[in-house]
Amino acid sequence: MSEAAAPGNGFHAAWAAMLRTGHGAAVRPGVLNPLIARTAELLHRAAQEHPFRPDLAGQVGALLIDNHFTDPQLLADAVQLIQSQPVPDDRGPALSGAFAAGWAAALRERTLREQEAIRLAADTARQEVEKALRASEARFRALFESAAIGIGLGDTDGNILAVNRALGDIFGGGPEDMQGVRVNDLVHPEDTPGVWEAYEELISGKREYFQFDKPYYRRDGEVVWTHLTVSLIRDDDGSPLYQVAMLEDVTDRYRLQERLRHQATHDPLTGLPNRAAFFERLERLFESPEPDARFGLCYVDLDGFKVVNDSLGHDMGDQLLTVVAGRLESALTPLGHLVARLGGDEFVVLLENCRGEQEAVAAAKTVLAALTKPVVIGDHRLAVGASVGVLERRIASTTPGAAVRAADLTLYRAKEAGRGRWTLFDPKENARAVSRYAVSVRMPTALDRGEFFIDYQPMIDLSNGAMTGVEALVRWRHPQLGVLGPEEFVGVAEETGLIMPLGRWVLEQACEQAAEWVAAFGDRAPKLSVNLAVRQARNAGLVADIERVLRTTGLDPSMLQLEITESTVVGPEDEALKALHALVDMGVSLAVDDFGTGWSNLAYLRDLPVSNLKIAGSFVGDLHDPAKDTHLGWRIVSGLVSLAHTLGLSVTAEGVESRADAERLRLMGCDLAQGWHFGRPVRPAEIARRIAEADPERAAGTAPGAGPEGVDRRHAPDAAADGKHHPAVSAPEFAAEPEIAPRGDDER
Amino acid sequence: MARPNWVPAGTDLDKPNAARVYDYYLGGSHNFEVDRQMARRAIELWPDLPMIMRANRAFLRRATQYVAAEGISRFLDIGSGIPTFGAVHEVAREYRPDARVVYVDMDPVAVAHSRLILADEDLCWIVDADLRNTDDLLARPEVEDLLAPGEPVAVILNAVMHFVTEDDGPEKILAKLREALPSGSALILSHASLEGRPDQAGAHQDLYRSTPTPLTMRTREQITAMFDGFDLVEPGVVYLPEWRPDDDATVGPHPERMTGMAGVGRLS
Repeated sequence: MSEAAAPGNGFHAAWAAMLRTGHGAAVRPGVLNPLIARTAELLHRAAQEHPFRPDLAGQVGALLIDNHFTDPQLLADAVQLIQSQPVPDDRGPALSGAFAAGWAAALRERTLREQEAIRLAADTARQEVEKALRASEARFRALFESAAIGIGLGDTDGNILAVNRALGDIFGGGPEDMQGVRVNDLVHPEDTPGVWEAYEELISGKREYFQFDKPYYRRDGEVVWTHLTVSLIRDDDGSPLYQVAMLEDVTDRYRLQERLRHQATHDPLTGLPNRAAFFERLERLFESPEPDARFGLCYVDLDGFKVVNDSLGHDMGDQLLTVVAGRLESALTPLGHLVARLGGDEFVVLLENCRGEQEAVAAAKTVLAALTKPVVIGDHRLAVGASVGVLERRIASTTPGAAVRAADLTLYRAKEAGRGRWTLFDPKENARAVSRYAVSVRMPTALDRGEFFIDYQPMIDLSNGAMTGVEALVRWRHPQLGVLGPEEFVGVAEETGLIMPLGRWVLEQACEQAAEWVAAFGDRAPKLSVNLAVRQARNAGLVADIERVLRTTGLDPSMLQLEITESTVVGPEDEALKALHALVDMGVSLAVDDFGTGWSNLAYLRDLPVSNLKIAGSFVGDLHDPAKDTHLGWRIVSGLVSLAHTLGLSVTAEGVESRADAERLRLMGCDLAQGWHFGRPVRPAEIARRIAEADPERAAGTAPGAGPEGVDRRHAPDAAADGKHHPAVSAPEFAAEPEIAPRGDDER
Repeated sequence: MARPNWVPAGTDLDKPNAARVYDYYLGGSHNFEVDRQMARRAIELWPDLPMIMRANRAFLRRATQYVAAEGISRFLDIGSGIPTFGAVHEVAREYRPDARVVYVDMDPVAVAHSRLILADEDLCWIVDADLRNTDDLLARPEVEDLLAPGEPVAVILNAVMHFVTEDDGPEKILAKLREALPSGSALILSHASLEGRPDQAGAHQDLYRSTPTPLTMRTREQITAMFDGFDLVEPGVVYLPEWRPDDDATVGPHPERMTGMAGVGRLS
């Protein structure tokens, strides 16, 4: 009973240990130590003191709860410990009971207090939120109401739910006037195409927002132009809920823009579209034409206008021009043609989607008819006539600059032929006119001035679609006429003898370029093809020249092909023949260019040391001329191919412009092809890019030019054989060069 | 720029909340049924949880005592939650009666509760801010005032960094805090770890997915890396009970069961 008599040490130590573990570890010593002392003392008093005060044990329970000893396990441990301590008077059960009751009562109080506290905190937080919400709503309402920009809210059925004052102002009324209006009521005939499609996509949730400049009718019937942004608002699940439209009144800006645009594109005197507007329309026409789309130009120049101007004064001249402009416009605009004033007394009629020469000629006749009646100005009856140059071409066959130049020159032919008439464009006449007017004079100095440059046109192996060669095509950047193609100046060059230095220059430049490609790309470099003029071929120094060029540039002779024409060699005893043999002995190969266009003596062909025959582009081109017999055309081409093969020559088709033609030529056995389908003549860098892109290592699966135009490999047995994917016939995506001359047959 | 005065988020009482769940683990009643449901489910899966939370609370107490004894009297307790008992200012004042504490939490209910209990405290403040928006937190006037005199400040990240996901960039947050601290400052950090009981980690993290604050438990290495730039005080990053125990007996035979890892670092 010694322990019972002195419950102090053993119990105290156990009690302290119990309180120090578990939750007690988290209680700071300054609290825990006094707590241990105090509770132990109270328990001791409850056990020993007389009279017995169970409430002291109850106080211990409450103290523990106050210090967050809330773990029920603690209650169990504490009761067990208290019970294990012998106490007098059978106080044990009552003592434990009082302790447990005190602990439980305090826990209940604490729990309720904490629940109250957390609920209060939650309420406070919620009130804060509500307050913030109200403040936020007030802020947004103020923002909505007083925004300078028009804001409208609608549902996805198109009902307008709310609009702000600024929006009401834009529509010329108050916000209330928009009530009950539906978005679909706000259609305007000048709506930008696509705006309502965008709207439908938005409300059906397919897009998040759209922006357009959109006109609306105001309540007073006036039109207001707005910059409109509509956004979609979704609910939490992502379904479309509201649409918010923001409108900015840009009417002033729009009107100013319109006026500036009109000023920029219209001739102030006659009100007709001006030169800039005409070129803009023309260039747009050339941006992405349908393959067979045609266009027409009537270049109009008044006859004798200068006389009117000089004798009756500028004012009279201006009035005359205004009347003429009015007549042309009322005669031709209804036909769907564009009439523009280019300046002075020059007008032009543009026929988009022209159906053929007849239509262009009809337009020219309409021009002349419109001006038959004299123009009455004041007391004067002025008889005006005009000359018209008519050009009608396939869009894909020329460029805006070349077309206008050609139409202009055709006009001069009409003038020369006697005025008051129209003249139709003639390529030969055109070439003659070009040389006559501007080429021959300047040409001698052009070479020194560095006005010539060389473009390269890809030549494609039809069996595998690979670019195996390039043809060098000389260009002349003429200061007045723009870029001229060889067909526009080579004739003059031959006549003047300039062809010799020019031909040499071309050879040197091209061979140097070709050697560069060999250095950069090895056996993937294309073989170079250079045209040899008749006079060059007959020159005694030719062989030495070429030997020198090959030596200085380091180009392997097998990488050079010279293209001669049928007329280069006129007979078996021709001196030129020797030179050609010497070249072939050197390792250079020869091709007959433009085959089929000259008077071909097939017997000579057999004796020529050529290895390649280039079928003139006109043969393939004719296959699309509605006036020519297509079937016959193909038979001629097929005949030429087999003739060449019989002679042991390979065949190159020029002027290939469609995938279908390319495929047909391939099936016919044609070996090589060139033409716009495979790439126009381009700058050397573009050729390098193309070689690099055709890298078989990199091109696995994305073979060069194997776009949608690529032909199914089933038709390409060679490709299957080498295990690589070479499209049999491919159409590379070449950027059209900014300006090229009217196409001559040698570059088709 | 101060953040726009948007409507505060997180007042959704239909979702369990980490601060109130923690209170329940510690035997408190500052919680709602939705919190208790989640806590009971967690304890069912992992009966050691209340013990772990108590160990975490005990670490906070010892670490606070330690830095206060070292002379630090400024405290920034981020993620203070609902300090049921043994709040930092109470512990610190035993050593530093002048201790000032800025409590920070992002849960509006926890903030409102703290404001109620701290109403009569002169040297305690509560700030409603998000640790992940560190620049905003550091720009709050109460925090700025705490840091301004250049006296050492103890930043407490007690069981809060595991609510920062990798996407939130924990290292960036810590770097920003570190840069804002005067020299001699301290970092008190505890973190739920993947060590000790990797078997429990997956299910436990899954539970927190339903809360606004998903849980990212990390490795000892990752937790140690959070002290980059600080000098770790002995014994380094260890299991909760192992950090400077009151006496060795309280560590217990299996400190790894407490899975959480903790440490204190000083800024030289």
